[in-house]
Amino acid sequence: MTNKNNKIQQWQNPLIYLLAFSSGFCIMGIELLGGRILAPFFGSSVHIWGSIITVFMLSLSFGYLAGGKLSTKAASLNRYGLIFIFASIAILPVAFYSQSIMEAIFLAIEDTRYGSLLASMALFFVPTVILGMISPYSVRLLVTDKEKSGQVAGFLYFVSTLGSALGTIITSFYLVLLFEVNDIIMVFSATLFVLGLSAMLFNRLNQQKSVSENNSSNHQGVADE
Amino acid sequence: MNKLALSLLIAMLVNLVSSVALNTQANAKTIHSERSLYRNILVEENNGLRCLKFNVKSAKTQQSCMLVDNPRQLVFNYTKLLFSGLLINPNPERILIIGLGGGSMSNALHEIFPNANITNVEIDPAVIKVARSYFSFFENEQVTSVVQDGRIFVKRAALKKQQYDWIILDAFNGDYIPEHLMTQEFLQETKNLLSANGVLAANTFSVSDLYNYESATYKSVFGDFFNVRNNNNSNRIILASSKPLPKPAVIAERAESLNKKLRPFNVDIKVISRQMTSTATTQDWPSDTRLLTDQYSPANLLNLKH
Repeated sequence: MTNKNNKIQQWQNPLIYLLAFSSGFCIMGIELLGGRILAPFFGSSVHIWGSIITVFMLSLSFGYLAGGKLSTKAASLNRYGLIFIFASIAILPVAFYSQSIMEAIFLAIEDTRYGSLLASMALFFVPTVILGMISPYSVRLLVTDKEKSGQVAGFLYFVSTLGSALGTIITSFYLVLLFEVNDIIMVFSATLFVLGLSAMLFNRLNQQKSVSENNSSNHQGVADE
Repeated sequence: MNKLALSLLIAMLVNLVSSVALNTQANAKTIHSERSLYRNILVEENNGLRCLKFNVKSAKTQQSCMLVDNPRQLVFNYTKLLFSGLLINPNPERILIIGLGGGSMSNALHEIFPNANITNVEIDPAVIKVARSYFSFFENEQVTSVVQDGRIFVKRAALKKQQYDWIILDAFNGDYIPEHLMTQEFLQETKNLLSANGVLAANTFSVSDLYNYESATYKSVFGDFFNVRNNNNSNRIILASSKPLPKPAVIAERAESLNKKLRPFNVDIKVISRQMTSTATTQDWPSDTRLLTDQYSPANLLNLKH
């Protein structure tokens, strides 16, 4: 019984790394598509990228802060999965409402610098803050030993930044050639949703196992007495 | 024997001429170079021919050329082909040019139609400066230039309910295509700016995979259009209008009456009028070609494939 439980338990860290990798992938994929989404209203000049990158960096920084704070109270794989679910929902307006949001901003602000800044804020701030929470929360779930905390954080950054690199190149080289922008956004959203759900299911499975293990060991204890 | 000697002589002569031509190409003097926000800008001069180039020193990227002693004469074939727009609307009063280059089109059009309002839209302020200082581009009460992204200008102009009789889209060079200026949505926005007799003349590509995508997208917005091209270069001009295309007889008649007006600019409109083919008679792309939209616009990637 204990062996079987360990078997499940040992998959927890790889799962967390996989999730961190995917969130890195999605963040940069979305950031890249941001340029595409803004271009019809604000052009494709260098300040468009200025706006997008500023908003992503700003929201990631807030996300790190929030994720770290959140991890101090009752950190669990269940809550970790919930972050992914929220992120997947927060991305959806990019696919469904970006046109009307950008139209309103285009009408209100003539200067494309501030127009694109506000539009990136409106579209990407919330989902990127939520996605930013994932990194510090992952560290909290992965670190068990103070001595190894740096190594664990290093490997986590390695995995998630590698995900970002791949998300950038695959989206810009191949995905835009095959799919519509909104379809790619939807796939990112669905991926985050499934990953979040799987983290929650994994957590549940784990708990059931440990409960049944406890029960069985209690029984054994009783029998021994 | 005589024939052989003659052909040998001709071969030698051709060799000599082409090597001289190549040499003079290499001898082009750079009279101005600067790095703008968007690109490297080079102005080269050689044997009285002054050219504006973007990015690299290759013949492929020439944007605009001018004969220093005869600035009225238009040098580039595609610039001349753009005049085919006049066969659809012979008397434009409001002209919009997206993509300035050296400004030769604006200069020529002002001379031909002194009363027409000409608006030049150019994203790069450095290009406007270079056009002013090296290509005698001028602005006055009729001719203005705006520093703006073409797509944004078109969107804002639509809000102001502006209309144009002739829109010239010349924002593409061989190296990079602004992808948001090639989508169905953009063309629809542009079409909304056309007056009742308005015409759009777009300088585009006739090689690469992009040809089909581009053609299908134009057709989806405007219906049938004219392809204008000549044999000795790879440009093609798309002529589109919100009205049905004029009949060949009408075109021939207009070419006849425009001929004299355009001669000083080295534009032979009669020849050009015979190089127009309507997509109603020759559609040279598969009808199931995917359309370029704001959602799907990998124009630069498609342009890589030949």
